Amino acid sequence: MDQNHILAFVKSTKNTFATMLQLEIEVGAPAIKKSKKAVHDVSGIIAMTGGIQGTCVLSFEGKTAINVIKAFTGMEFKIDDDDFTDAVGELVNMVAGGAKTLLNSSNISISCPTVVCGSGHIVHGHKDTVCIGIPCKCGAGDFAVEIALRQTDPSPTTTASASASA
Amino acid sequence: MKVLLVDDSKTMRNIQKSILTQLGVTELEEACDGLDALSKVSGFAPDLILLDWNMPNMDGLTFIKEYRSSGATTPVIMVTTEGEKTRVIEAIKAGVNNYVIKPFTPDVLNQRIKETLSRTQAA
Repeated sequence: MDQNHILAFVKSTKNTFATMLQLEIEVGAPAIKKSKKAVHDVSGIIAMTGGIQGTCVLSFEGKTAINVIKAFTGMEFKIDDDDFTDAVGELVNMVAGGAKTLLNSSNISISCPTVVCGSGHIVHGHKDTVCIGIPCKCGAGDFAVEIALRQTDPSPTTTASASASA
Repeated sequence: MKVLLVDDSKTMRNIQKSILTQLGVTELEEACDGLDALSKVSGFAPDLILLDWNMPNMDGLTFIKEYRSSGATTPVIMVTTEGEKTRVIEAIKAGVNNYVIKPFTPDVLNQRIKETLSRTQAA
């Protein structure tokens, strides 16, 4: 995975949370995710196809997810509410869409979001694609951005765009 | 003023509703995709449409092409995560009047709405 991919997701996550939730994020060191053990309760998932293929997952512990969605919508939902999953889906949609724009590749498409709720779930990506976990901290709690991407388009994504300020 | 909100996310429609209500808009209609919007737009006769791009059943780009092909001139603002220049140009060519990239602040949406309405009123 190109480091520009990671940078784009970091910048997009920061921008989305700052703009829509008024939450500043502290980003930890990205690392290859080795463990299959699930540590989160809510995952918002977007698939990317075209020049880059793979998935972007926003994973939260239940309490953090409720806090984050409260900051996003102004309302406190239960995890099994339709409005809660809709908001998680819109959040991951903005993160993935923002990263796509920063990567400046018009031949990337993103799917409509999928949201999985329940303790102990595991999101499996493509078996040949490395998954990078990006730990994040904010006033609502800790969460992770997990990206498993591989470039299928031989033309590289634009470094300048990925390094633009968010 | 009557505004039609077209977005598959109820969360996003609620955020837009809140901003529009603060602007004094009281007549709002919602549609969850392009097909739903096409079925509601004639009866509601909006003064402005806020349109998402990526939606199931019928996306925003297909909607705007069909809507404009019917001769409709109501101003449409695309509100989407699709931020690449090529996408913006594609949407404008299809008949969109203005563009807001998600995530956005209330001020940005306010400004685009005012710009769009003043341009179309001047035309």
